[in-house]
Amino acid sequence: MIKQFFESVIALVQGFSFTLQSAFTKPVTIQYPEQKREVRERFKGRHSLMRYENGLEKCIGCALCAAACPPGAIFVEAAENTDEERYSPGERYASTYEINMLRCIYCGFCEDACPTEAIVLGHEYALSYTDRRSSIFTKNMLLQPVQPGVMDTPQRTDPGQFNRAVPIMKNPQ
Amino acid sequence: MDIAMVLEWVVKAAVILAVMTGGFAYVTWLERKQLARMQVRIGPNRAGFAGLLIPVADGIKAIFKEELIPATADKFFFVIAPIITVIPSLIVTAVIPWGRTIDLFGRSVSLYLTDINVAILYILSVTSISVYGITLACWASNNKYSMMGGLRATAQMISYELALGLAVLGPVMMARSMSIVSIVEAQKGLWFIVPQIVAFMIFVLTSLAEINRNPFDMSEAEQELTGGYNTEYSGMKFALFFMAEYIKMIAISMIGTSLFLGGYIGPGIDLPSPWGPLLGIIYFWGKTIIWLMCIIWVRATLPRIRYDRLMALGWKILFPIALLNVLVTAAVQIWK
Repeated sequence: MIKQFFESVIALVQGFSFTLQSAFTKPVTIQYPEQKREVRERFKGRHSLMRYENGLEKCIGCALCAAACPPGAIFVEAAENTDEERYSPGERYASTYEINMLRCIYCGFCEDACPTEAIVLGHEYALSYTDRRSSIFTKNMLLQPVQPGVMDTPQRTDPGQFNRAVPIMKNPQ
Repeated sequence: MDIAMVLEWVVKAAVILAVMTGGFAYVTWLERKQLARMQVRIGPNRAGFAGLLIPVADGIKAIFKEELIPATADKFFFVIAPIITVIPSLIVTAVIPWGRTIDLFGRSVSLYLTDINVAILYILSVTSISVYGITLACWASNNKYSMMGGLRATAQMISYELALGLAVLGPVMMARSMSIVSIVEAQKGLWFIVPQIVAFMIFVLTSLAEINRNPFDMSEAEQELTGGYNTEYSGMKFALFFMAEYIKMIAISMIGTSLFLGGYIGPGIDLPSPWGPLLGIIYFWGKTIIWLMCIIWVRATLPRIRYDRLMALGWKILFPIALLNVLVTAAVQIWK
């Protein structure tokens, strides 16, 4: 009984001294708009559509990302490439590519499903909109800008230069 | 009674009201800031320097918010309940002295509104009125959460009022007076916290229960009762309840300071006017602010106590100890 009483008094003193000590330690707060915390390397943020070094789009319009997407946020419409107007190396390219960012759950399944590593989830997370229409990110918004000195798509290419969807296949390492 | 005296009283009453309502605003700021620091955060720092404009922003928001009265509520009592709660907590501080008499404009002005000889009775009875506001709010809201919160508040208030009254009796018997000014003056040599340490501890615990603060905030337990008696209140009416709670917090700190920590007594208090009385005001408010910070410290540390434990603590432990303290104090006072 008396032992219990002293134990509870000690616990009380410990509790109060802990909060008092906390008051004199440095706050852990990050002042958000001014200071930003670095995201992790594998953080899954806003998507972007990648390009090859020669400026062609990696996306071949197969719509496997749309099939893999759990909330059905991705809409892909494919069209045929020609040598006069070439967007991607293979037969087809994505003429329309839209992601509804309000539906997206940032699971990264699209990234896993993509056979050409065209869609990649990046590090940008500050996405906000004032109406629903502007939550739909179109292909122009998602596509990476071309490197300087590289021609934008559509490109005019020599016949028979690109006949494979994935031009250089790397072996798994 | 000349016109200057009437003017003096009006000015003093206005100052008390202004200090209590302004104090309410800045105690909310103090609470946010201190809780944040004790939780290793920064707290409000955007609105004005160090977040000092936060209470202003809160007030503007509360004024412009929609006043919602539930369809099944009793309209009259629903509206009047916050007013009944806030007025007693404002007028209770009229009897608490901030200092001695100061010479101003050729008059000797005493630094308290009034020094009635039954000040302790006045405080105890007026603070009990505010529970009617809470009870009326809980009935008039016609909501089960409000109902539970109001019932808890009433039961808790009745249980802890007894121990609180008995704890206050200790300083009253030591000073042989019920006037707060006499009680403060009796602590000239030794603050009553030393001979009345038991009464002091009981006073601290029961006053927390009396003002519904952690760990005794059963009546508005957010997690269980979604806000208790103020579930249905919004806008300015909610702000009034909030105000009543914080003003009671200031008032109980002022009362505790006067009863146990020597009120305005401190070194240099006997200096001639105006320095002595001004020092008195500084001592009084310094002690009150320290008391307030301790109340917030308790909130930062302790979780809410279980309801049956609250009742057991009140009736089985605090009440008998308070009675015993009264008996021992009375015996010592007689044989001395």
